[in-house]
Amino acid sequence: MLHFVQEKEGFISPESEKEIAEHLGIPVVHVHEVISFYHLFHQKPKGKCHFAVCQTTSCALLGAEEIIEYLKKRLGIQPGETTPDGKFSLSVVECLGACEIAPMMQCNKDYMGPLTKEKIDELINKST
Amino acid sequence: MQKILTRHFNQANSHRLDTYLHDRGYEGARKALTQMTPAQVMEEIKKSNLRGLGGAGFATGMKWGFIPSNNPKPKYLVVNADEGEPGTFKDKYIMERDPHALLEGIVVTCYAIGSHKAYVYIRGEYVKSMQILQGAIDEAYQKGFLGKGIMGTSFDLDVVIHPGAGAYICGEETALLESLEGKKGFPRLKPPFPAVVGLFGCPTVINNVETLACVPHIIVHGAEWFAKLGCEKNGGNRIFCVSGHVNKPGIYELSVGTTLRAIIYEHAGGIREGHKLKAVIPGGISAAVLTADEIDVRMDFDSLKAIGSMAGSGGIIVMDETTCMVWAAMVAARFFAHESCGQCSPCREGAGWVYRIMKRICDGEGRPVDLKNLPGIVGNIGGNTICAFGDAVTMAVGSYVQKFKSEFEYHIKEKKCDLTSNLQEAWH
Repeated sequence: MLHFVQEKEGFISPESEKEIAEHLGIPVVHVHEVISFYHLFHQKPKGKCHFAVCQTTSCALLGAEEIIEYLKKRLGIQPGETTPDGKFSLSVVECLGACEIAPMMQCNKDYMGPLTKEKIDELINKST
Repeated sequence: MQKILTRHFNQANSHRLDTYLHDRGYEGARKALTQMTPAQVMEEIKKSNLRGLGGAGFATGMKWGFIPSNNPKPKYLVVNADEGEPGTFKDKYIMERDPHALLEGIVVTCYAIGSHKAYVYIRGEYVKSMQILQGAIDEAYQKGFLGKGIMGTSFDLDVVIHPGAGAYICGEETALLESLEGKKGFPRLKPPFPAVVGLFGCPTVINNVETLACVPHIIVHGAEWFAKLGCEKNGGNRIFCVSGHVNKPGIYELSVGTTLRAIIYEHAGGIREGHKLKAVIPGGISAAVLTADEIDVRMDFDSLKAIGSMAGSGGIIVMDETTCMVWAAMVAARFFAHESCGQCSPCREGAGWVYRIMKRICDGEGRPVDLKNLPGIVGNIGGNTICAFGDAVTMAVGSYVQKFKSEFEYHIKEKKCDLTSNLQEAWH
């Protein structure tokens, strides 16, 4: 149900939490604790293009830190933030299970890697 | 070297049912359902020495055998496809390139344990895997390999995919059950074990994707054939995932008895040019790191355990001499601090504490007392928590300090690192 709401609205608002709780006949806090436990449930709207960059060992060995720095500079935002125009948001995440294409990130539903500055530029230019 | 699990991976449309049927697909399920009793199937798996390939290496046949036969409640099979152990990406390939191998394994397993419903819990990020597996499930229903009266027998089975939502801990089997029930993924106290009180309070078997994909082959070719592929007490092949500083990162299906040296140098193309091996994580980030001198070890569960590490999920992360081991320990500690579910205090507080100390040393702000305190903090997490996550922190993070102590001492004394600047050049 949480997946369904997020798919429709892009995030799960406090109002949605209430509605879900009423529908299931459980306290709102039970819905909230589940949403806040899992990092794929968003409590705030994300950008149209949401970059989740992996920082765990295999990606880190091949330059994840530089990728994150580059994206921060390029988008002008910190991890956890969204650009003012709502186009891009950035997160730093732990292993996404694609170490063979390290360094990598997930852009909305798609996996991308091995990343280079050029690939990131291309992606950002295509999305603006 | 005979490929079993990955033999379809490079064929066109390998995920389609007609491709699978072309190469003896669903023959294992047909043989089990029409010529064998559930007890015979279970016996065959026990004899094959198949062990859980999610990471724990528990004997699969024995696990199935714990399901009580006289319990009137429904029984469930839960497939653990919450592949989150850093360095591991094999289950994704199975689900995307050969999903029917998994489904056939599910059919045979459910028949053996008397289950009529299987849940596949896939990590939320694996959107493509979910789409492809759902397509395969739909095809299997259409052809009568799932649903009511499978292959003309009286055996019924439904398979449902459940997406995860981004929590490493849900790969722990009881946390996974909690998550499947719609709750936070907090691991459960054991006993009772899931085989008796599992999903919705009913007897449940939880198996990894790769483990289940092995099952049909054992039924078709026999337990002895499978056992012989591996080594004593550990049958079969497994898919090793190699990443990091190697020339050819990727998946390699090999006998479980292959040495780590052979995997790195003969299969994964060796270390990138001009560099030499420094350290390897042999079985996912939770396994103790090995030095370059230790890679002649065989990759089966017992051999790696004997040298104080573990075969785990088969995720091999290779580091060359440009890697600062203090930094690598910090990256591992950061992972554990981020993914601790927060249920038990030793792990919740300890993992964060260890990370902060590692970060401090890494940033050149370490104090001599840090190195004295670390073994005590790290050592007091493992064994004092509900699930094995705490043990992983102890084993993994502890191993960096133990095996590369001089690097930690150097960082604290000199307040600098000579290696992290080299990382800049890694990114081309």
